[in-house]
Amino acid sequence: MSAATPTVLTPPLIALVGNPNCGKTALFNRLTGARQKVGNYAGVTVERKEGQFISPAGQAWRVLDLPGAYSLLAATPDEAITRDVIAGVRNGEAAPVGLVCVVDATNLRLNLRMVLELQTLGVPMVLAINMMDLATKRGIHIDKARLQTELGMPVVEAVAVQAGGERALLAQLDQLDWAALPSPATPRPMERIAQTAVEGTHRRVGQLLADCVTMPENGSKLTANLDRYVLHPVFGPLILAALMFLVFQAVFSWAAPPMEWIDAGMGQVGDFVKTHMADGMLRSLLVEGVIGGAGGVLVFLPQIIILFGFILALEDSGYLPRAAFLLDRVMGSVGLSGRAFIPLLSSFACAIPAIMATRTIAEPRDRLVTILIAPLMTCSARLPVYALLIAAFIPDRTVGGIFNLQGLVLFALYMAGIVSAMLVALVLKKFMKQGGAQSLLMELPDYHVPHLRNLAIGLWERARIFVQRVGTIILSLMILLWFLSNFPAPPDGATGAPIEYSLAGMAGRALEVVFAPIGFNWQICIALVPGMAAREVAVAALGTVYAMSQTGDALSTALTGLIQHAWSLPTALSLMTWFVFAPQCLSTLIVVRRETNGWRTPLAMLVYLFGLAYVASFAVYHLAMKWVG
Amino acid sequence: MKSAQHMPHSQSSSTTLDKLPVRAVATIQDIKTGHHDGGALKRRLMELGFVPGERVQVLRRIFFGHGPLAVRVGTSTFAMRKLESSLIEVVVG
Repeated sequence: MSAATPTVLTPPLIALVGNPNCGKTALFNRLTGARQKVGNYAGVTVERKEGQFISPAGQAWRVLDLPGAYSLLAATPDEAITRDVIAGVRNGEAAPVGLVCVVDATNLRLNLRMVLELQTLGVPMVLAINMMDLATKRGIHIDKARLQTELGMPVVEAVAVQAGGERALLAQLDQLDWAALPSPATPRPMERIAQTAVEGTHRRVGQLLADCVTMPENGSKLTANLDRYVLHPVFGPLILAALMFLVFQAVFSWAAPPMEWIDAGMGQVGDFVKTHMADGMLRSLLVEGVIGGAGGVLVFLPQIIILFGFILALEDSGYLPRAAFLLDRVMGSVGLSGRAFIPLLSSFACAIPAIMATRTIAEPRDRLVTILIAPLMTCSARLPVYALLIAAFIPDRTVGGIFNLQGLVLFALYMAGIVSAMLVALVLKKFMKQGGAQSLLMELPDYHVPHLRNLAIGLWERARIFVQRVGTIILSLMILLWFLSNFPAPPDGATGAPIEYSLAGMAGRALEVVFAPIGFNWQICIALVPGMAAREVAVAALGTVYAMSQTGDALSTALTGLIQHAWSLPTALSLMTWFVFAPQCLSTLIVVRRETNGWRTPLAMLVYLFGLAYVASFAVYHLAMKWVG
Repeated sequence: MKSAQHMPHSQSSSTTLDKLPVRAVATIQDIKTGHHDGGALKRRLMELGFVPGERVQVLRRIFFGHGPLAVRVGTSTFAMRKLESSLIEVVVG
């Protein structure tokens, strides 16, 4: 759709605002389709979603999907953003010309309160009553005309999950005479919000409901029935465990075929370049640096998509807050809130979205601890390293009749991360002052069937961010590594492999002094350096290092076979342990810096994780040496 | 704030939400101010619908009453810890 924008001016900006779980983002997706820009608000990692659409009259609009909020008296970083954007005081953000207030038709009692609160600001507003399909199904009738008169603002019905469900809203946007509406004066009178007594607003909501809404029953039957089991003291945790098992099973088994296709595809591209280019520097750069490097990372796309698919579906369905509820007591025993479960679950895919997801945790201390332990969850970038080492060093045999030894080792590595995270949280609980008891206060929304189109848009976003990362940071690092391991060229008459004389070789040898006590050779040390940028690069880097440091026939030997001979078992175990703890991901540290407004936390994270990694690897290496003999 | 100790034990026994048995329905009497938050938690609870006069019901208790509660108010359900539920004064019935 190459829509001809009628004006050359920037289209007017409107903002969607509403309580969490009102279907605001679904409506945003419905309005904008794929025409979205997802980024962050300047200085924080709260996700900023802006999109564009054209209304039937041909007017172009920009629309901002503000973070869900219960009140403009903000309790979380998320809500503070919503407050500041609406107030027009957020740096780098233009105040929206108008608001589209989104409410859940089945929960007007809660949702209408913030509508009344927003109304005190005198901002032009339209009320969009979303989920009308569900409301109708449950026999809820809303007298739209009456509500419009009582509220004194345009009211439209919407069904964000149905094609055409946004039509009434679009028509309303066209009809509005924006010039006649109260001018969007900034700064807005935010002090009015604290001055308004909640009881008064609450009574007004009750009156509006009595006048305009007929509701036959008190809530969703489906939700009540499901919660009888999902929140059950015995069945609840069992259901949670079964779901988590399913998620990880899917990540490992369903992702295997597409991963093989990507692997084979990249191999074919490499072979194609090899047969169609003359041997030389450029070919080596293309095949080993670019194709090998990017291919080694793109392979994880299927796993990331499957894990995020589950997380998004669980979130959309309303299950995640229930999981947080069930785990609150366990998490509370190490000083965390149950809410930390959601970011920590994301952290199994990648620590970056996990750290971004901590923004829903109100307590600053809770949030900080969750951020600090998030990298201990085994992210998907560590899998390739584990997979390589396990395949090479752990025999593929059955133990105890039913367990596969390789699988057990992988499970142990995951558990090592989780258990250490809990221990670290416990230590932090002892050392960091807690501001009294911790708050949980979290809505358990009605269950909804996840909507496929919304899932697809969410997944597309994740995949795009990941591929962009491969395309920029990781790829440039692979190229840099290729240069470092090829220059300077070996002197004439050199007997060793070329890489030994290169800059990378020198760096590796220098680092070997530090890492020899935990069993790392210089090749591993070289791979650890680009592995700092992103863990998954370490495998590609090892490939580069070994492929190039061998001569003749050894070049063709697979990495697995190669390290089997080059490394001892204690070295392999030590390296696995290193990867459980080591903070080898610059992007995570950068996100933490941005999130915590300074270098203190990321530096503390770097030091504690490196320290833990070194101590644990040292212990594992020396114990394994004793055991091997 | 108010001491309920010397209150006569009538049919309107006043208690806090964290002590309410599962499934029992109660009416909110008052929301107390938390210890260190300058009334922020009280305000937030009221914004979520925990306003004097409203009916509440404890749907679930986890860990034999030591874990969080799931509480129904109006048409919403919220999970909360003792920190929040002990601020909500209710009368059973």
